[in-house]
Amino acid sequence: MPAAAPPVPAVEIAGLSKRFGEVQALCDVDLRVAPGEFFGLLGPNGAGKTTLISILAGLTRADRGTASILGHDVVSDYREARRALGVVPQELVFDPFFTVRETLSIQSGYFGLRHNDAWIDELLFHLDLTQKADANMRALSGGMKRRVLVGQALVHKPPVIVLDEPTAGVDVELRQSLWAFIRKLNRDGHTIILTTHYLEEAEALCNRIAMMKAGRIVALDTTRHLLSRFSGLTVRVSSERLPEGWTARERRREGNVHYLALESYAELEGLLAALRSEGIAIDEMTLADTDLEQVFLRIMAGTETTDEASRMLEVPES
Amino acid sequence: MRGVVGAGMLTLLQKELLRFWKVSFQTIAAPVLTALLYLLIFSHVLESRVSVFNGQVRYTDFLVPGLVMMSVLQNAFANASSSLIQSKITGNLVFVLLPPLSPLDMYAAYVLGAMVRGLVVGLGVFIVTLVLLPGPFHMAHPIVAIAFAVLGSAILGTLGVIAGIWADKFDELAAFQNFLIMPLTFLSGVFYSIHTLPPFWQALSHFNPFFYMIDGFRYGFFGLSDIDPGISLGLVAIAAIVLAAVALSMLARGYKLRH
Repeated sequence: MPAAAPPVPAVEIAGLSKRFGEVQALCDVDLRVAPGEFFGLLGPNGAGKTTLISILAGLTRADRGTASILGHDVVSDYREARRALGVVPQELVFDPFFTVRETLSIQSGYFGLRHNDAWIDELLFHLDLTQKADANMRALSGGMKRRVLVGQALVHKPPVIVLDEPTAGVDVELRQSLWAFIRKLNRDGHTIILTTHYLEEAEALCNRIAMMKAGRIVALDTTRHLLSRFSGLTVRVSSERLPEGWTARERRREGNVHYLALESYAELEGLLAALRSEGIAIDEMTLADTDLEQVFLRIMAGTETTDEASRMLEVPES
Repeated sequence: MRGVVGAGMLTLLQKELLRFWKVSFQTIAAPVLTALLYLLIFSHVLESRVSVFNGQVRYTDFLVPGLVMMSVLQNAFANASSSLIQSKITGNLVFVLLPPLSPLDMYAAYVLGAMVRGLVVGLGVFIVTLVLLPGPFHMAHPIVAIAFAVLGSAILGTLGVIAGIWADKFDELAAFQNFLIMPLTFLSGVFYSIHTLPPFWQALSHFNPFFYMIDGFRYGFFGLSDIDPGISLGLVAIAAIVLAAVALSMLARGYKLRH
């Protein structure tokens, strides 16, 4: 029996570069996202995330390289590529002439779906917009406008969904319901690509993460591996000084408060013993496991960009 | 989930029509009123002083097709250009750029929307003048008039697309409108026959493409024109094709739309 052909990647990017004037927004980026993944794209402002998404969406044209959605090149086969993609843009934009239902209906029509009312009603329900269906877009709060943007991205049921900072300005309760809906879409087989500044969201939702810096991908791994690679503890000790031999572990100091990086709980025993033996009084001590935010900060602080994907995780384990 | 081919263009056209229909006082009623004011003032002041087509046509009657065509042209331009610049500046053009709409889909929808608005306003001006002006009305060549109105609205709709894509801010669009479209319209023979002009200005008028649209349209009304309507129709058709090629090229390259 012949081996099954590998599935067509949901997103495939090869050698993608883009320059805006003096700024190299993307530099030779390679990336492959498998169908059904919940993929996170993280990085500071200006890292190139939105440029990457814009190229996938056909809003920006790459200087070099290729990008495809489910095997459809975003330039030469743009109709199929765009049909397969739903994008929630970062900017809170809307057309002030129309109501919420008209906005969704028009967006559906652009994709050739002129009788899509059942799905539009379902979207309105899941996005908690049913009561606002006939309200003009101008009358909506920022959070509601954001939810309409999500609805517009989903109105043609795209298999690949890109969410560029979708929860900015959305209150906590609505954010939870929005993520529950997106999770459901992911369970139903949709590929999700998410950029967010809320790293706890990315940690909770994404099964794989790429971190970008200065137009390059500097880390690319499963969320679990990223966290385990940077596993450890951060200990916050409030004392006049640290025991001899432990100052090298200090990452930061604010007055008498010392932040130390430990690799395991076993090391904590050693620290406590050293503090006792030198008679140093502890006013306060707290412990925290490594989270994605710490991983992110360490990678962003310590990494020089590299060209090859194989070297992406060569970051200082400080 | 597959859509119907071509339906995207129809939806964009429908959106363009809804957009101006929702503010119809501003987009239809106001330009009709403006044209009527021109008609009342100019006809009152100049009726007894200006002779056109060697006195074969009353000045007020001469003015009507000029004003109708001017309304068609200006509103066709305004519709496409203001829709695009507003969408660009507010950022909601992204909703049109993300779907699988081809450059031809976008061009057809914006220009057809502009044509409908221009023709609706022109028809409004025409109907109101029929009601207001005394005497029976006979149109010599209605098909010719319709052909020039359709082509003229298509040309100005296309110019509106070009200007809307080119302009980065309202100020630039206003410059395009006030320093190019408006002078070309006013100096095209809306209010006078070019035979009443000195030879230099008469010759210069032949370089104004709007002159051919208005002169040909007026021929449809009276069977009289400053130049052969066949030549006018040919030149207007060539202008429509050349401008359509320019606009389509801009859309295909993503000029100022896809960076």
